Amino acid sequence: MTFTAGVKKGVLEVQEYFRLLGQIVRGLTSRPIYFRDIIEQFDAIGIGSMTVVLLTGTFTGMVLALQSGVTLDQFGARSMVGRLVSATMVKELGPVLTALMVTGRVGSGIAAELGSMMVTEQISALRALGTDPVRKLVVPRVLAGIVMVPILTVIANGVGMVGAWIITVTQLGVSGGVFWNSVVQGLYIQDVWMGLIKPFFLGFVIVTIGCHVGLRTSGGTQGVGRATTNAVVAGSVTVLAVDFLLTKLILTLLY
Amino acid sequence: MATHDPDAPVIRFVGVSLAFDDKVILDRVSFELLPGRAKVILGGSGVGKSTVLRLVLGLLKPDSGEIHINGERVDQLSEEALMPVRDRLGMVFQEGALFDSLTVRENVGYKLFEGTSMPIPEVDARVMEVLGFVGLDEFVARMPSELSGGQRRRVAIARALTAKPQILLYDEPTTGLDPITALTIDDEIIKLRDLEEVSTLIVTHQLRDAFYIASHMAVREQGALRFVPASPEKMAETEFLMLKDSKVLFEGTLPELRASTDPYVKAFLE
Repeated sequence: MTFTAGVKKGVLEVQEYFRLLGQIVRGLTSRPIYFRDIIEQFDAIGIGSMTVVLLTGTFTGMVLALQSGVTLDQFGARSMVGRLVSATMVKELGPVLTALMVTGRVGSGIAAELGSMMVTEQISALRALGTDPVRKLVVPRVLAGIVMVPILTVIANGVGMVGAWIITVTQLGVSGGVFWNSVVQGLYIQDVWMGLIKPFFLGFVIVTIGCHVGLRTSGGTQGVGRATTNAVVAGSVTVLAVDFLLTKLILTLLY
Repeated sequence: MATHDPDAPVIRFVGVSLAFDDKVILDRVSFELLPGRAKVILGGSGVGKSTVLRLVLGLLKPDSGEIHINGERVDQLSEEALMPVRDRLGMVFQEGALFDSLTVRENVGYKLFEGTSMPIPEVDARVMEVLGFVGLDEFVARMPSELSGGQRRRVAIARALTAKPQILLYDEPTTGLDPITALTIDDEIIKLRDLEEVSTLIVTHQLRDAFYIASHMAVREQGALRFVPASPEKMAETEFLMLKDSKVLFEGTLPELRASTDPYVKAFLE
């Protein structure tokens, strides 16, 4: 592929992505709305991702406690471990790791599902039967993403703190009371806001990228494989990039 | 609208051209489909046969030319304005394109469940009626993955029939099926054309099936359905349209096709 062809393809991809966003906004604000599909997606994306989020959250909290214990010992401040864990977890690791896990599980799943519907002409069949695929397939997933990813993040933060507490008490020899006291001291209301605003946007990004990539699939089963990989790669990179931009923005506006 | 004239063409292409990037798919293609008639579009792989059906449905837009359905020009309509046009059309996709997360019942009744406020018992009655028509009423609770290739196509035909379309479009309805199963699909197509007076547009490269559809007709004698060789008048109601290099190479009835002296047509038939 020549350089200009590559640029053209990239610009087209971005244009199509923003067109999809426009269609989503229209789908969210006008009828028909497919309530049954929305409920199904809340279940599939939210409840379905629970196990993986619980596991990642717990282990992240545990390793965070271990590592910060070692670092804080250098300053003789082992008792502050709760502060470090809560601030890092709520502001950064909770939202980002949850988003990355959801990208791997949900973003890839959406791309594969919509992609195979695309190559088997089910998307065309939907249109031929008078249904707008964006309203029927994309809007419910987007709603589930922007509602469930923040909830999953809060859960990940919660279990992460519990994991950190277990490690702090059993491995670092700090008492539970000191730990929880320090956890609360480390958190400001702005941190909580940051921890809730981020996953809202990250959920939106993950799902819309999965849908966009899925709906642009072509080239049979091979194409579906490619779409799935692209959704995960593009999704993960965008999650990290958007997280950086949001952090900068929120730090400027709220702190 | 020309729908008042019962003999006006239901589908009319006027100089329709379409190209993807540099690849010309259709070059000034014109044809008409009369009500209750059938037209078989023949041609090798990748000559834009299926594209014609996608244009009829409005899934694609032509670069130039006009497409009329029931006298109404549709090639410039928005997706929303196309929905009522699509209500008159039933499409049987290649391989069926059944929704694999839904049961046969939900697939066949999809349009009525989603698009109308028809009470559920009435929808179910209609679903059983069309499934009975294609002889698959006992499969109503199955998932598409539990069906054979031929059964899937028949369910797809049933789904296209549910909302009582006036025009049926078939994309390679028998490709990939064994000859016996293919014949059951051909019989469904004939039945719909002759008994339900549905206008039919078929895209295929399976000559055997195309010829069978053109040369047979369905008759009902004392309640029993039979497929007999078509009368000359009936045979004239099914026309062939052959595409080559994105242009219309031949248009005419089965005897005319067989008598054609064009070297490409001859080679294709052999």
